Amino acid sequence: MAVTTSQGGKEDLSTGLPLVRMSGVCKDFGPLRVLDSINLDVARGEKISLIGPSGSGKTTLLRCINHLEQPTAGHVYVDGKLFGERQVDGRYLPLRDSEMARMRSTIGMVFQSFNLFPHLTVLQNIGLGPLKVLRQPRREVEAVSAELLAKVGLGDKRDAFPEQLSGGQRQRVAIARALAMQPRLMLFDEATSALDPELVGEVLNVMRQLALEGMTMIIVTHEMGFAEEISDRVVFMDKGAIVEIGDPKTLFHQPQNARTQSFLSAVLQKKPFQ
Amino acid sequence: MTGWRHFFAILPDCILVLLGGAVTTIEITLGGLLVALILGLVIALLRRSSFRAVTALAVAYVEVFRCVPVLTQLFVIYFGLGQIGLRLSPLPAAIIGFGLNGAAYLAEIYRSGIESVPRGQSEAGSSIGMTKHQTMVWIILPQAIRVSLPPIGNYGVGLLKDSSIAVAIAAPEITFDATNLINQTYLSTQIYLLMALLYIGMSLPLSHLVRRLERRSRRGVRA
Amino acid sequence: MTPTTLPQYVATWLPELIAAAGNTLRMAIFAFLVAICLGLILALTRLSGRPILAGIAAFYVEIIRGAPALALLFLIYFGLPSLGLVLPAFLAAVVGLGMNGGAYVSEIYRAGISAVDRGQREAAQTIGMTSGQTMRYVILPQAVRIVLPPIGNYAIGLLKDTSVASLIGASELTLRARDLSSEYFMPMQIYILSGAIYFIMAAPLSAGVRYLERRLRQGR
Repeated sequence: MAVTTSQGGKEDLSTGLPLVRMSGVCKDFGPLRVLDSINLDVARGEKISLIGPSGSGKTTLLRCINHLEQPTAGHVYVDGKLFGERQVDGRYLPLRDSEMARMRSTIGMVFQSFNLFPHLTVLQNIGLGPLKVLRQPRREVEAVSAELLAKVGLGDKRDAFPEQLSGGQRQRVAIARALAMQPRLMLFDEATSALDPELVGEVLNVMRQLALEGMTMIIVTHEMGFAEEISDRVVFMDKGAIVEIGDPKTLFHQPQNARTQSFLSAVLQKKPFQ
Repeated sequence: MTGWRHFFAILPDCILVLLGGAVTTIEITLGGLLVALILGLVIALLRRSSFRAVTALAVAYVEVFRCVPVLTQLFVIYFGLGQIGLRLSPLPAAIIGFGLNGAAYLAEIYRSGIESVPRGQSEAGSSIGMTKHQTMVWIILPQAIRVSLPPIGNYGVGLLKDSSIAVAIAAPEITFDATNLINQTYLSTQIYLLMALLYIGMSLPLSHLVRRLERRSRRGVRA
Repeated sequence: MTPTTLPQYVATWLPELIAAAGNTLRMAIFAFLVAICLGLILALTRLSGRPILAGIAAFYVEIIRGAPALALLFLIYFGLPSLGLVLPAFLAAVVGLGMNGGAYVSEIYRAGISAVDRGQREAAQTIGMTSGQTMRYVILPQAVRIVLPPIGNYAIGLLKDTSVASLIGASELTLRARDLSSEYFMPMQIYILSGAIYFIMAAPLSAGVRYLERRLRQGR
């Protein structure tokens, strides 16, 4: 399967090292190969969108980055360091629970189903990580959490419980919760797919703001317009492999690969060549 | 430790005796279960009656039989009825006792089962012209019973173990026979261990069966 | 004054039965405490991912749950003495009911913990929590709300199960009723009266559990 690229991967000019490197990553679920030899570099500050039909492996790819799924083969490097495993004398060994936890704390993730903690208030949801994982003092945590909450536009909801919020509000809280750990990288797993259409915008706005502030973001999404607007590169996946990578304008309007074309014409309902 | 050597010498005889008790245990379990299954269904249906007095009676039955120990109920049936002239022998008394008690539990199991059938099903029934009675018999109950099978199975396994309580009214089940054996041999540790193993040997396979039933029914059909 | 009418009989029996009911309550409370602590240890051990320990815990649960509580009581009260350990009947009952209850309750905890949405664990992982922190701050607090009704129902069952301790001579309500029966030869009235006392103890608990279930279903 040839990979069509219309522009090489951007590399961070200051250090020359990508923030994320996926090297030969494969994932099998039993006999089913869901990811097949994925190679992908993401530069610092880059925004990458993953698009493709369901079952293409985009969510699995995302979850392999922070090792919520353990790759069957291949390796993930974050900031130059091997992620999710350790290398001992040329052998790759699993990490201890505490080491894995520490690594994961540098990557933030936003889920399709929000996964807010229902037994905690909004402010407590955001502050749980800094409080218990980073062991920061409570007053400081509360102040920072309140700031983050205001930043996502929900400053007045500090003491509300998740069930009292709308879907869009919950997702914004989820983003604030992830940001509270000061991650170097944010992963978005179909962050707006479970939302009513009129609530999607408020979440995309927060993501836009994050992008403007220079966060490195890897976004699995069905929102093609948003993907085109925000991404530095778009990755089209199908059947567990990367089919085409390119800058948004090219990929969305002049896709080179036939499968990209047929996916886009089905999704966008317009001819790709205009 | 001479007790153990003696025990292993008479082990086959002990096993035979306890197996005889096991027959009674199974009789109590199946008999009680049968009574409970039927009576429990009656009570569950009475609970849905439109007459408040009938409903109240059903609710009261369930509450009373679930808030009083089975042992007390057995005593009332065996000794109490005997006092007023109705002398039952231990096995029927046990079956009636566990049956009446079980009916309360099964009535609640049936109730959950019936309530878990989506309302859309009875609406579908009335929209094809079935009466409430027909809907219950042909549409609701079959689905309710399928859902109720694992809890009923669990109840049955529990009853197998609870039947040991019938030793108190001299029913010749496993625990009773074990106690007699001990009175003859004084090998209490060994024989009670053997007794426990027998119960475990009977109930564990049944529990596994019920768990498999649970897993299969969870995979079930939702249309 | 020897009683002749039923109310007089009841007046004679009631104080003794109520005193014995106090023992029943004490036995139930102690056994309950043993059971919920033991059950938590067993459940967490089984979920710990350490195969040997988890296997031992699983074995314990399967075996203990496979036998009637009465068998365990008999083993502890009649069997242990031949190994040198003699426990008084009340203590034997608490230990036996506690051990049996611990196995039963551990299954309730396990079901409650797995009922907590998988996404919760993943969310906790993505903010860098270890398994221990995840269990403590995210999973268990949610599991508690789920297990409260079944634990409540277990408590009611335990209150009734204390009656089997009468068969090892432990001093509680049913034993007292048996003694009175053999003294007055009026088992019907006496056992119905003792049943009523059990009912008075258990029914409020039962109503409480139902109320709890309703509140939790409307849920936070």
